[in-house]
Amino acid sequence: MHEMSLAEGILQIVEDAARSQGFKRVKEVRLEIGALSGVEADALTFCLDVVLKGGVADGARVELEKLPGRGFCLDCGETVIIEALYDACPKCGGYQVQTTGGTEMRVKDLLVE
Amino acid sequence: MCTVCGCGQGETKIEGHDHGQDQPHDHPHEHTHAHEHTHADGTTHSHPHAHEHSHEHTGHDHGHDALHAAGAAHEHIHYHEHAGGHLHYGLGPAHTHAPGMSQERMVQIEQDILGKNNRYAAANRQWFTEHGVFAVNLLSSPGSGKTTLLVKTIEALKERVNLAVVEGDQQTSHDADRIRATGAPAIQINTGKGCHLDAHMVGHALERLALPDDSLLMIENVGNLVCPATFDLGEAHKVVVLSVTEGEDKPLKYPDMFHAADLMLLNKVDLLPHLSFDVHKCVEYARRVNPKIEVMHVSATSGEGLERWLAWLTDGLDVAIAARQRNVDLLKRRIAELEALLAAKK
Repeated sequence: MHEMSLAEGILQIVEDAARSQGFKRVKEVRLEIGALSGVEADALTFCLDVVLKGGVADGARVELEKLPGRGFCLDCGETVIIEALYDACPKCGGYQVQTTGGTEMRVKDLLVE
Repeated sequence: MCTVCGCGQGETKIEGHDHGQDQPHDHPHEHTHAHEHTHADGTTHSHPHAHEHSHEHTGHDHGHDALHAAGAAHEHIHYHEHAGGHLHYGLGPAHTHAPGMSQERMVQIEQDILGKNNRYAAANRQWFTEHGVFAVNLLSSPGSGKTTLLVKTIEALKERVNLAVVEGDQQTSHDADRIRATGAPAIQINTGKGCHLDAHMVGHALERLALPDDSLLMIENVGNLVCPATFDLGEAHKVVVLSVTEGEDKPLKYPDMFHAADLMLLNKVDLLPHLSFDVHKCVEYARRVNPKIEVMHVSATSGEGLERWLAWLTDGLDVAIAARQRNVDLLKRRIAELEALLAAKK
């Protein structure tokens, strides 16, 4: 359940932004989560519900944008889309795929007032 | 979780770092592990390890964040171009037109959720580099034999190298006690409800350990093949221990961990004759997840394969020591140059 730690990380980012930019309420939090980041979207949303309570982002909508997993296949020499870390290259079926993208976990932006 | 020190509801305990009974979160955090930093150009400056780590010498990786941290909000002023060609300024999604009324607005953040942990990890890593410390983060499921392996490793190396251990468990100091019985210094971190160590806890543990330069630091993470994969502690390598009494398909079941690790130790290989564990398949699964992962077969009980593991550790330590020594040599040369300059001015 490291989603709880991630939710707390998000809360800190939101609170820091509220302090430095002087907004009082957050209506929406938009996140970018890579398909290979190891984050369970439902668990993260659940934890955020709990963690955001009572703060500037109490009741905020959480929008989760999934970024695709990308890998470079050493056999084909091409960048391919993969769903999971253990996926074979969709072109050649080999497993020499090195992850190049999709492990991101970012707070993208906030809708505030 | 205490957002100052990372304690889970005041439950994280680092030996020697106690929260008062009545004011569980009243800790001034005056820990100064006065770092002396040496920059590429040879200048050295010393400053305390301030808690927010406002000194981010690792300027890279947050080009974008840095701007925002300085308070430079780049607010997106939305204007909508309608079909008729007229521009609609000052519109929030709520379409409030009255001047002075609060409006919804988008605030660009673009920050890594793990950014804070990563900054602590970078500070730990820099400290390791400056002190010639080779830090290894050991990960596995509970019961894979990590602590036994660690005890054997310490017994084999303690005469030859400086070493210390950071032990992570949810509760008890049993593991740290086992390590201390070997004579090696150990600090227990109890994560309470937490499922992993984070870089900030390790930073605290480092202050308690008073590690000498040129040391091997073994960090035994909480037994868990999921969460610790995500948290950089500043270590040189993550090492995953998988015992042959577990399933050979664990690399596929817990891909994040095997992807994050540089080395897989296949432990308890002395038991292979009694099991149906398919070693070949296990290694193949691990390489599917991580084509670069190195694999060693070991048995902490019989001692099989330990030579290679010990050599891997001492080689890593030698590299860390050599890097620190190079840094010291550079500094000495710089001092000599400056002294020569000063002498010429007199």
